[in-house]
Amino acid sequence: MRNILTICGKEVRSYFKSPIAYILIGLFALLTGFMFYSATVYFINAGTQQQMSGQSAPMSINDYVIAPLLGNLGVLSLFLIPMIAMRLFAEEKRSGTIELLLTSPVSDWEIILGKWLGAIVMYLSIMAPLALNVGLLFAWSTPDWRPVLTGFLGLILQGATVLAIGTFISTTTSNQIIAAASTFAICLLLWVLNWVSNYSDSAIGKAIAYCSILVHFEPFSKGIIDTKDVIFYLSAIFLGLFLTARSLESLRWRA
Amino acid sequence: MIKVEGLTKRYASHVAVKNISFEVGKGEIVGFLGKNGAGKTTTMRVLTCFLPPTSGKASVAGFDVLEQSLDVRKNIGYLPETPPLYPEMEVDSYLTFVANLKGIPSPDVSKRVNEVIERTSLGEVRGKIIGKLSKGYRQRVGIAQAIIHNPPVLILDEPTSGLDPEQQREARQLINSLSGDHTIILSTHILSEVEQSCSKVIIINSGEIVAVDSVANLHHRRRGGEMVAIQVKGADALEVRQRLETVSGVAKVTSADAPDGSVGFEVEALDQYSVRPELARAIVQSGWDLTELHSVGQSLEEIFLDLTRSEKDKAVAAKGDAE
Repeated sequence: MRNILTICGKEVRSYFKSPIAYILIGLFALLTGFMFYSATVYFINAGTQQQMSGQSAPMSINDYVIAPLLGNLGVLSLFLIPMIAMRLFAEEKRSGTIELLLTSPVSDWEIILGKWLGAIVMYLSIMAPLALNVGLLFAWSTPDWRPVLTGFLGLILQGATVLAIGTFISTTTSNQIIAAASTFAICLLLWVLNWVSNYSDSAIGKAIAYCSILVHFEPFSKGIIDTKDVIFYLSAIFLGLFLTARSLESLRWRA
Repeated sequence: MIKVEGLTKRYASHVAVKNISFEVGKGEIVGFLGKNGAGKTTTMRVLTCFLPPTSGKASVAGFDVLEQSLDVRKNIGYLPETPPLYPEMEVDSYLTFVANLKGIPSPDVSKRVNEVIERTSLGEVRGKIIGKLSKGYRQRVGIAQAIIHNPPVLILDEPTSGLDPEQQREARQLINSLSGDHTIILSTHILSEVEQSCSKVIIINSGEIVAVDSVANLHHRRRGGEMVAIQVKGADALEVRQRLETVSGVAKVTSADAPDGSVGFEVEALDQYSVRPELARAIVQSGWDLTELHSVGQSLEEIFLDLTRSEKDKAVAAKGDAE
């Protein structure tokens, strides 16, 4: 446990010692801020119009601001994560520091978990300004807080999953650009896999569509926690980290 | 302390180390000598558990590198050829990270970090970012990370490569100062380094060990009999040469460089003969001034080149000699 925390702490510090953390946090805050602002202004205008035309049922801030915002974030995080994950192992392989890690008295799993958790902490830091945006809604309105919580839970689970895949890809190369580009391609593919369900009803088609990562995120953004989605994410995380462990082992044999 | 038996490491396309065996006792400093690509780094990587052996056994401090890998790693400090440094970290926080990684108990970490900083004279740069340090300082940080957990065995891969002569001297001093507490294997292709630091030399060529011996013994290895250099003052070269040739046991006399007013010779003796006393007597009794007489050992460099020369090179050289 101590080894995992040591490696995780070092990863987090490395992110914040380089400009990458601040650039990602800043750009992400800008994007989400704009999304939030647009959705809120639209909601206010539409709401005022609705009141003036005398409709009785009030518009829900959850449906018009929070759910779309979370949906957009789910997609946005697919673009963000390759940039967090790319350096995890690729940088160590390039600079030779991997020799320090692999010859220290720590197990491969401790290294992998430490790095993956460090990346998650970075991911959460980037998401943090978003909580501020949503917090503003609570200050001036009374949204239902449950979909907000499940939405964030979904974001974390989806992020952890894609980071696990990104960690694996990062072990396969010593070039960060290649790691980022491959992770990005896989993320996009996982996003659009559910298109298969548009034209195929076969078992294989369903299985492929099931692997689409955003399909499992949608229920979370609507306030639903489905065990099947949680299990999907957890098993995908395990698969990603398992592949990382195998890849690290093969690195020793081939190096 | 270190035991290697029949170790072979095969990569996809070639064999890097072929069936090598050697042992290193406690407290020894062993120089691992070989050309680039001879298999030094591969052997070290196997010993540090970075690479598993293809076949054969290797153990460090009684632990097998494959079966008890974590125990081996606890007992080893390793400085790879490129020091494993994170350029964005400060010296302080880097060493603290390594200390934690090596399993030093939390309450002792800052104490140990201070100790190695003092030992490697890093005090004035401890707050600096590693990426901004000079090569000499970086190498010292590399050595500091290797010794931070006070391991009984140190493995240093070319610890002085890429340093300027002053930095090399400092690095060597640092390594020599560690010799009391640690068993050290250091690889190098700088021969003077081996002469200054090591008690024992392992010479490796194309993945095979060609010599394991002490530095002193290697010096006295010769292909034939003793070589003696002589300088004589105030005498005719031809006379001296004729006189020397009559000394029993002398195989060959060749003239050598000498300062003005003197004549110099190199005398090759027959095997098993010790000709120095006879040569001295012969010159003095002839009434000449003997200014210099010493045995010429083969330099480590020559021995090294001789041992690591491939068979083909040797054949070419022999042909050249014959002509």
